[in-house]
Amino acid sequence: MSSSGSTLTERGPALEERGPGPVNVTLSVNGAEHSVRIEPRVSLLDALRERLDLTGAKKGCDQGTCGACTVWVDGRRVLACLTLAMTCEEHEVTTVEGLARDGELHSMQQAFIEEDAFQCGFCTPGQIMSAVALLGEGHGDDDDGIKEWMSGNLCRCAAYPHIRAAFRAVRDRD
Amino acid sequence: MTTAIGAPLDRVDGRPKVTGKARYSADVPMPDMAYACLVNSRIANGRVTGIDTSEAEEEAGVLAVLTHENLPRIASQPPLVPSLAGGPAPGETFFPMQDEVVHYGGQHIAMVVADTYERAQHAAALVRVSYEESPPVTTIEQGRDQAYEPDAIFAGFIPGRTERGDVRTGLSQADVQVEATYTYAGNNHNPIETSTTTARWDGDELVLHDATQGVNATQLTVAALLGLPLSKVRVKSQFVGGSFGGKAMIWHHPALAALAARKVGRPVKLALTREQMFTSCGHREVQEQKITLGAKDDGRLTALRHHKLSPTSPFDNWAEPSLNAAGQMYACPNYEGVYRLFRANTMTPTFMRAPGDATGMFSLECAMDELAERLGLDPLELRLRNFADVDPASGNPWSSNGLSECYERGAARFGWHDRDPRPGARREGNWLIGTGMAAACYPVTPPNTPQRARARLYADGSVVVQASTPEFGTGVATAMAQVAADALAVPVDRCRLEKGDTDFPQIAAAVASSGAGMISAAVHLAATALRDQLIAQAVADSTSPLHGANPADVVVRDGVMAAGSASESYADLLRRNLQPDAEAMGTWNPPPPDTPYGMATFGAQFAEVAVDPELGLIRVRRMTGAFAPGRVLNSKTVRSQLMGGMLWGLGQALLESNHMHPATGRWVNSSLGEYLVAVNADAPDVDIEIIEVEDGVVNPLGVKGVGEIGQVGANAAIANAVHHATGRRVRKMPITIEDII
Amino acid sequence: MRPISYSRATDAAGAIAVVSADPTTDYLAGGTTEIDLLRQNVLTPRRLVDINELPLAGIDDAPDGSLRIGALTRMSEAAVSPLVRERFPVIAQALEMGASPQLRNMASIGGNLLQRVRCSYYRDAVSPCNKREPGTGCSAIDGFSRGHAVLGTSEHCIATHPSDLAVALAALDARVHTRGQDGEQAYGIDDFFLTPDHTPHREHPLQHGELITTIEVPTAPVARRSMYLKVRDRESYEFALVSVAGALSLVDGTIADVRLALGGVGTKPWRAHRAEGVLLGASADRESFASAARTEMSDARPTTFNAFKVELAQRAIVRVLETLKANGSPA
Repeated sequence: MSSSGSTLTERGPALEERGPGPVNVTLSVNGAEHSVRIEPRVSLLDALRERLDLTGAKKGCDQGTCGACTVWVDGRRVLACLTLAMTCEEHEVTTVEGLARDGELHSMQQAFIEEDAFQCGFCTPGQIMSAVALLGEGHGDDDDGIKEWMSGNLCRCAAYPHIRAAFRAVRDRD
Repeated sequence: MTTAIGAPLDRVDGRPKVTGKARYSADVPMPDMAYACLVNSRIANGRVTGIDTSEAEEEAGVLAVLTHENLPRIASQPPLVPSLAGGPAPGETFFPMQDEVVHYGGQHIAMVVADTYERAQHAAALVRVSYEESPPVTTIEQGRDQAYEPDAIFAGFIPGRTERGDVRTGLSQADVQVEATYTYAGNNHNPIETSTTTARWDGDELVLHDATQGVNATQLTVAALLGLPLSKVRVKSQFVGGSFGGKAMIWHHPALAALAARKVGRPVKLALTREQMFTSCGHREVQEQKITLGAKDDGRLTALRHHKLSPTSPFDNWAEPSLNAAGQMYACPNYEGVYRLFRANTMTPTFMRAPGDATGMFSLECAMDELAERLGLDPLELRLRNFADVDPASGNPWSSNGLSECYERGAARFGWHDRDPRPGARREGNWLIGTGMAAACYPVTPPNTPQRARARLYADGSVVVQASTPEFGTGVATAMAQVAADALAVPVDRCRLEKGDTDFPQIAAAVASSGAGMISAAVHLAATALRDQLIAQAVADSTSPLHGANPADVVVRDGVMAAGSASESYADLLRRNLQPDAEAMGTWNPPPPDTPYGMATFGAQFAEVAVDPELGLIRVRRMTGAFAPGRVLNSKTVRSQLMGGMLWGLGQALLESNHMHPATGRWVNSSLGEYLVAVNADAPDVDIEIIEVEDGVVNPLGVKGVGEIGQVGANAAIANAVHHATGRRVRKMPITIEDII
Repeated sequence: MRPISYSRATDAAGAIAVVSADPTTDYLAGGTTEIDLLRQNVLTPRRLVDINELPLAGIDDAPDGSLRIGALTRMSEAAVSPLVRERFPVIAQALEMGASPQLRNMASIGGNLLQRVRCSYYRDAVSPCNKREPGTGCSAIDGFSRGHAVLGTSEHCIATHPSDLAVALAALDARVHTRGQDGEQAYGIDDFFLTPDHTPHREHPLQHGELITTIEVPTAPVARRSMYLKVRDRESYEFALVSVAGALSLVDGTIADVRLALGGVGTKPWRAHRAEGVLLGASADRESFASAARTEMSDARPTTFNAFKVELAQRAIVRVLETLKANGSPA
């Protein structure tokens, strides 16, 4: 199957058509360039997990309803399960694996440990990617704000009060 | 002395969890991995009349399509035994894809294996199935008339009917009676990690990475289903992304993953989809309970009748044991508990957090609230008057109790005694404020088989303990390091638990809040045996400063054995003797079923709610729980687990509900968008008081477990608070907007 | 998810030409509906044209006080816009009560209007559903329909339109600007959404390939004091059972201007014209509020499961009007 082609139309320029078979895609993840050969239907989540062995982002629903796959694209938190990997070409993807610097935990990661803001840990990478993003979004000044703006990340262990405590600890320290 | 036990240590596996390095069962990379996707029945009752797999097979990358026509037959009929019993533990006695019969909606009817997940997923949608459909039985109303009273439920462990005294006589002696019927929606576990198995064959040896509450349970089950020697099945599970009972039994997918891997000759990852989680690993059944309470004017109970009606699968007699804790909560001489079942087109229900008591105690504790109101008694006072000094079910003394302290300290923390008892008396703007309380009780259920662990001390003084148990959020690795540290008298940061592997000593599936008790027992015994062994070696060693000392006089501190002024470290002893390490096994034989004690964990729950009666909104503003879970191994992780349980009570009380489309037998809201679990915004801050009680019966350290007790009664406290806020009794769960407006 | 090919559009004309020419090609914007329903096998395009790089994002302040919101502006971007927050707080509130922060960072304003229904029978790709497969019947009418509509339903479909934003826009007489093979078009928001009638699969009047470019929100001083009330079981991250977008302006205790639209109860974002008719010129008291609410809901056709919505919607309308009244009327 051809990896690229073109569609000629009467009006407007042709648009390069890639796929549906595997095509070469370059992804920039945590500051490193990766080349993967994937079908266009491959989600960013499956590209990270199954092709790049970056399994920090989790698949909890694959439907945009749980937040376990939260990563950043160009610094904004998004759901990797509803993002096609190909759409991330020329954009910077950050996953939980890219948060610690030189082995030193991000203060949010440290606070999650200290506040026991998780139990099974499965939703934790997504929670942390959301919590760090929220620091920058500026809606976490009070608990009502944290509650609302962290509600896109389900925690079935229900560590929510501790997640808020971890967020507060970092917010009030930084 | 080191006192690691009880300390609020941070989780030892916190770092891998916050960095994304923790490997769950779908995170284990393998060369040449293939992916399996399941095809599920569209109908709930009938037969598959044809499966056309040609389109699926033609898709690029498809390696195999398996159906009842070509999947190998299983080697033995699945039994129905809880995984705590230590044997094969399939969740139901039915195994799919063995013939064309369809018993329930979503039943696995085909499996597609391909070289990528995307290809398998798409090809699964191309399997064309035709059916002959019969009308399904789906609702309590359909089943009520054909209900029967089973001899036993819960895999035969619990009788269908339990009586003591004479409930009719008790009711005739009552001054006041309360009778109420409660209905409960079906619930699904919905751990955020869907059940996943990665299977790899190494010759005739099978290695599974499975999301399970017990690796041995997976091993035993898959070996039995596939007819393999246990020695040829190894199961690993380093991290499990939540379970709540959904991974307590070993459902069909681990065996299916193994069969798929054998078929294609490659490792196979089989991860259930979120939708499949509603039809592949059991559920808490929809149910109806009816309670009749009889009491004297002073509040003392004379009778308790508690009946339950619920659907089970076409092939098993299963109901969650809703009547047990409720039957032993109060000193009531006359009792009758009866389970009634009817056969419906669902899979066999299963354990779900606080199995049974999340519903049965709701019924009892809401009825007690009604009784208190009828009698003009404070709800807490009514409970104190019915305090059970001994286990009412057996007449045996309690192994430990602590309930009175829970009432007292929980009430004090919550500010219960300031309460104006009148319903609807407190308003803040659009909100009516109410408070409610409930008692909590959850049985201590020891495992049925010996539990083992191994302790090893290296010549550098560091310690590894090994036990097969997986980690699914309980903090077992942290707590067991603390147990080993105290038993060996070494610093806790020198101790590590190796876990999640059937190559390690056997631990039953950690279910029914039994994990901490049984694993700590085995680890404690192993580490204690190792300490005794090292002391014995030292006093017998002519080159040791301790030579000739009485072993009973040797005390150990920070890894140094001392008797009087003579001392030597474990490490020095081993190094001098050129021993790289020393090892000991610990085997714990649990108390037998006829142990003459009542064994249960108790607690008291308090909740404050705000209800907007016009819009039907219910918001829980705060919760306080006081619990007496025996010995606490790690006060930080124990609090977290109790908090999680209490918030589960909130979710069950107000949100969680699955619905079946009556005509088709399909679950309607099988997604996390429509099956509502609590989000951060729903979760108030939770206040927890732990009352430690000594218990010399349940296990060596007196650990009663905290996995379930937090949920028991939390839902009832909320419902009682809703009544207090509004004057309205809602006898169902979840309580939703339409019940309030 | 079926195999798809992918193109990244660099100019609108090219994208429109390609998609218009091929009924099996869809636009890809935020993807929060498209990818979800592709994976569910509900949508089955063969090709996606990614329009995210097109210059259709941003919010322009027109001299007449109206706003023009680019179709590719993300929900989160529109919600934080000071222009939106000052002039149309109801829009900002509706946006921030929708979905989750992550989804709001992804979903575009244009895509939000075109999101598909949450009806489980539509989403499962199996049950009879006239919206997904015309002529197969509606499973929801005799099924579990707690979340379904009570207004604008037909015997062919009772699915609720899920957008919060669209409810706010309906209250504000927004206009949807598009560009297609036949040039540019503008639709009044009330005409943009279609009730199911006999054709539940047609949710809007757009031709295939017609691209939403801009949402225009006309000036409305009344909207400076506006609000969005969303009633749901969960406190966040859930679609509405009932929602109300409202704006109210009083002069001497009399209602001088009012806007009301309902979500969660209609097969389309439901402008409450009849309620507004009762309210305009009436005295701002609970009696007129209740009367208006009753009038609006008098045609409701509930099922057993969603009957409560008829009462709940009335109460929500009254609550919004009372809250707006208590907050004071805009100058």
